[in-house]
Amino acid sequence: MTREGTIVFVAWRDLRFARGRFVLIGSVVALITLLVGFLAGLTGGLAAQNVSAVLDLPGDRLVLQQPSDGQPSFGESTIGQEARVGWQTAAGVDEVVPVGIVQGRATSGHDDGSAVGVALFGLASAGGHGGRGGSADARGSVASLAPTRDDEVGLSAGAAADLGVDVGDHVTITGTTYRVASVGGDAWYSHTPVLAMTPDAWSAADRRLGGDGDPTVLAVSGSPDWDAVATATHTSASSHLGSLTALETFRSEVGSLALMIAMLFGVSALVVGAFFTVWTMQRAGDVAVLKALGASTRSLVRDALGQALVVLVVGIGVGTAAVVGLGALAGGALPFLLSPLTTLVPAIAMAALGLAGAAVALRTVTAADPLTALGSNR
Amino acid sequence: MITLDDVTLTFPDGDRHVTAVDHVSLTARTGEVTGITGPSGSGKSSILAVAATLIRPDSGRVVITGARGDAVDAAALSRDEATALRRERIGIVFQQSNLLPSLTAREQLLVMAHLGGPRAGRRSAAVRDRADDLIDAVGLSGHADKRPAQLSGGQRQRIAIARALVHEPEVLLVDEPTSALDQERGAAIMSLIAQLTHERGTATLLVTHDLVHRGALDSLVTVVDGRVVSDAATGDGRIAA
Repeated sequence: MTREGTIVFVAWRDLRFARGRFVLIGSVVALITLLVGFLAGLTGGLAAQNVSAVLDLPGDRLVLQQPSDGQPSFGESTIGQEARVGWQTAAGVDEVVPVGIVQGRATSGHDDGSAVGVALFGLASAGGHGGRGGSADARGSVASLAPTRDDEVGLSAGAAADLGVDVGDHVTITGTTYRVASVGGDAWYSHTPVLAMTPDAWSAADRRLGGDGDPTVLAVSGSPDWDAVATATHTSASSHLGSLTALETFRSEVGSLALMIAMLFGVSALVVGAFFTVWTMQRAGDVAVLKALGASTRSLVRDALGQALVVLVVGIGVGTAAVVGLGALAGGALPFLLSPLTTLVPAIAMAALGLAGAAVALRTVTAADPLTALGSNR
Repeated sequence: MITLDDVTLTFPDGDRHVTAVDHVSLTARTGEVTGITGPSGSGKSSILAVAATLIRPDSGRVVITGARGDAVDAAALSRDEATALRRERIGIVFQQSNLLPSLTAREQLLVMAHLGGPRAGRRSAAVRDRADDLIDAVGLSGHADKRPAQLSGGQRQRIAIARALVHEPEVLLVDEPTSALDQERGAAIMSLIAQLTHERGTATLLVTHDLVHRGALDSLVTVVDGRVVSDAATGDGRIAA
């Protein structure tokens, strides 16, 4: 006996023969891909506006105050002197960078300058001390933005644009005026652009805003016993990504958008599965004939899945191209992130779930009885 | 040659079993058309299904013997082996043409090569030539690029016959090929089957309830209630009309 051949031969001709039906389902797949891709891009863009400054902080892990009950929170965290020293003296710790984060408002020196919401980040300048890496790039854009003088600030591009200022101009925060020492980077925190200050200047500003002037986060480098030190200092230490759950706006925003994306994935799998179930049932007679002529069930399954894959690849390809095109256009007006994470990953997930949906239809193929081809009236 | 040797087939029917084929023995010889006839429900289509390995009998043997004398008992094969046997050594013509609607007449034949098989091969030029030769042999050379919907019933049945022969099977099984055709077209189809059987040395087993065309048969087996009641052939291999 010889190995059975493939019969994608029939699948290709079916696609051509019933092109109207396949264009229809391909269009539906493309539209769902567009919707998923657009939502993913929007989610990524919103997330970047929420957390890019946190992700840019130096250190291997970020340390937040651990409340006696509940989860750590960027908004509630305060790292006292005792905890700071606890981390600084812990075995295996290479560097501890105290970081203060608080929301505030800034005004430019212009006559018509209105107050602009900014996230005040207080931390030592990247060139101000040594530690892991040492270079400004390795320490992140926020650290490289931090000024070296207490009467200066560094502005992210968004903050500079909102305030309408450039290097050498002045901005006022809680009644104190600072010179703009640098502008650059795309750092955001909780949908507000970042303004970086020295630790001392930040402490003073925090007190004027009603805080205690203590840093809110520690960026810790090294390889200590993270859990033991965190427990001893009543703090929590987590990776930069892991720490994002301590940002309430991020959690609620991304959570609801991710739920919508997950539902769209489900809809996609169901739509593709339903289409191929109906299509395969319509072809049940042909499948029985092919089996009677000598096609193995395995080759027919491969044929059916190959056909679904062609539809999915074309539909998802068109949808992804539309996402890239529209995303590039929308990028100027919306927080939209175009990256493999927001285009390729959803596309691959769509293809995998679509194939899973199409696989449901395979029962018709496997169950088709070649005996029915005898005496059938088609 | 195909030989059914003491084949019995039963079907479950509620609490009991109905015997569709009852200890049937018959042979379809190479290069001859062997007809099976009988009243409706007599078991002739069940015999064809057993011969086609589409259903395994309860007992008995279905022996296919090739030109080199190599014999295989189709009743003893696994499902996958039976599928491969159909692909390689058996051609089937159904009661209706059962052509695939998305394929042209030529592609109906080419699909057999894509199912695999030792002689069909997959070299596209050779397969295409053989398909075109067969389409020519069934008198449809100008219709190779037409789809089933563009062909008449008789033309569809001719393409179905060509499809069944394109992989050069040793056994051709034909189920009521004229049932959907008028008498003139039916006669032409029967004549074509007989001609191709004799030319190509195929062992053809043909089920028919319509003896109008019995002149095309070399021998005739009559089945009643699942049993063979007569097995007749004329001395010159041709049944008297």
